[in-house]
Amino acid sequence: MKLNKNNYRYDFPIIANWVKTNSKVLDLGCGDGELLNYLKKERNITGYGIEKDSDKWLESLKKGINVLQVDIEAGLPEFEDNSFDVVILSKTIQSMHNTEEILNEMLRVGKQVIVTFPNFGYWRDRIQSILGVMPKSKELPYSWFNTPNVHLCTIKDFDDLCKSNKYKIVDRLVLTDTKSVKFFPNLLGALALYNLVNR
Amino acid sequence: MTSKKNIGIVKPKIFESLIPLRLQSGKILKEYDLIYETYGTLNKDKGNAVLVCHALTGNHHLAGRHSSKDKYPGWWDNLIGPNKPLDTNKFFVIGINNLGGSDGSSGPKSTNKKTKKSWGADFPVVTVEDWVNSHEALITSLNIPKLAGVIGGSLGGMQVIQWALKFPKKINHAIVIAAAPNLTAQNISFNEVARQSIITDPDFNKGNYYEKNTQPKRGLRIARMLGHITYLSDDVMESKFGRKLKNKNYKYDFKTEFEIESYLNYQGDKFAKEFDANTYIRMTKALDYYDPANGSKRNLSKVFKKIKSKFLVISFTSDWRFSPDRSKEIVKALLDNNIDVKYAEITATSGHDAFLMEEPRYHAILKSYFNKML
Repeated sequence: MKLNKNNYRYDFPIIANWVKTNSKVLDLGCGDGELLNYLKKERNITGYGIEKDSDKWLESLKKGINVLQVDIEAGLPEFEDNSFDVVILSKTIQSMHNTEEILNEMLRVGKQVIVTFPNFGYWRDRIQSILGVMPKSKELPYSWFNTPNVHLCTIKDFDDLCKSNKYKIVDRLVLTDTKSVKFFPNLLGALALYNLVNR
Repeated sequence: MTSKKNIGIVKPKIFESLIPLRLQSGKILKEYDLIYETYGTLNKDKGNAVLVCHALTGNHHLAGRHSSKDKYPGWWDNLIGPNKPLDTNKFFVIGINNLGGSDGSSGPKSTNKKTKKSWGADFPVVTVEDWVNSHEALITSLNIPKLAGVIGGSLGGMQVIQWALKFPKKINHAIVIAAAPNLTAQNISFNEVARQSIITDPDFNKGNYYEKNTQPKRGLRIARMLGHITYLSDDVMESKFGRKLKNKNYKYDFKTEFEIESYLNYQGDKFAKEFDANTYIRMTKALDYYDPANGSKRNLSKVFKKIKSKFLVISFTSDWRFSPDRSKEIVKALLDNNIDVKYAEITATSGHDAFLMEEPRYHAILKSYFNKML
């Protein structure tokens, strides 16, 4: 089974927009290294990626990415406080177990944090739920029995988590395919992108 | 894709240094020899040289055979050769027998030119730092201004770290496998048991056993048996040997009954025939002494400031002598200095010995890394 994570790369330009030129970036769950590569080209960033999966790790290595095979569920003990300009968790949060802990770790290590995730409040997902099946979509291509996703959330859920943890939302963008969704984002948006700082 | 080939027959060379080497202990080696082998061709720009550092019981003979009658090729033949991960069609690969060794470099077994007798116990204790200084002299004599890479596992990995620290401008890539920034108390303990078994063997004669034509074989074989246990994992021993017996029933005596006993005895005997005891105790001492940060993890980050080379660090999950956590200490100190580093933790059952095996993922990583190196 292959992760579909990088089939949809329309979120890359938005992430790049939030990353300043020459930033030092840490990408958690960097997959085949495409995002870091993109940011290198567009923003001249330096930095590291973390990838647990051996095959994807090797793909990153082949692209020349500084890729580290460590388990982020254990936190980020290898990294000092504020040692990165930006820490990114792109379409990975839904498969994490220690979600809150990792967000806190990201905000400890990075001055700025970018999180993207598939919005479980998206109307197509809601309809499938009403029809009595586990939702499947472009952003959530798995069946219930083989999904790596354990912590799916909606935009509202994530807003609440930010509030209770005092993460400051600098920017939020919601997309469906390539289009920005302004109205009823929690219903009409498929992918959520957050730009956070520690309050 | 072209298929992997073997390197064929190789011939060692000798580097004779007449420039004195000041050792870390304060002693001076007035002159010394290093035996070495090279594979592949040095490019015109001399930018394709890779130095391979050997571990405890290795030597300069990395790949190929010295004669068609040789039963086994060099110790890293599965990695080095035409179209192998360290491809000798592309790279000029160098293997050196470290000082204190017994395969042709100056060491306890070699002749002290002053006394015309073998050095024996008088050969000084040498360290990782001393080795790297002597390597650099040899590399300079080959007119290589900068190594494309230095690679080594275990004690060899420590030499790679030392290369990056001591000669930051002379090494582009450092590949550190199954290593640590220093030894733990447990690790030093294993080495001390090994040394005591050799030193207390009556045939050791305080290290001067060559003229008596003896070898402290009892000590050496026990040292090797102990070492061997620690290089393997509990799992791999269980799956290979378990409680299998040589014969059907227990004999209720003290002869070897379990297959693991017979395996360890065989390994011990083989090693005692081939290896020199004075070299073994010196190599373990070099392991014990190496500690570029004087025992402090914080300090390691400070010490690593000097480093200019890029790093690939590899560890193996079942390696408990040089565990992944120790490799992560190296990675952390590199990260603290914004040094380019790639780190892989390979799932392997064979323990510390995994770094010598032809595990597909391990070799795929090295192949990809070397492919991007030039």
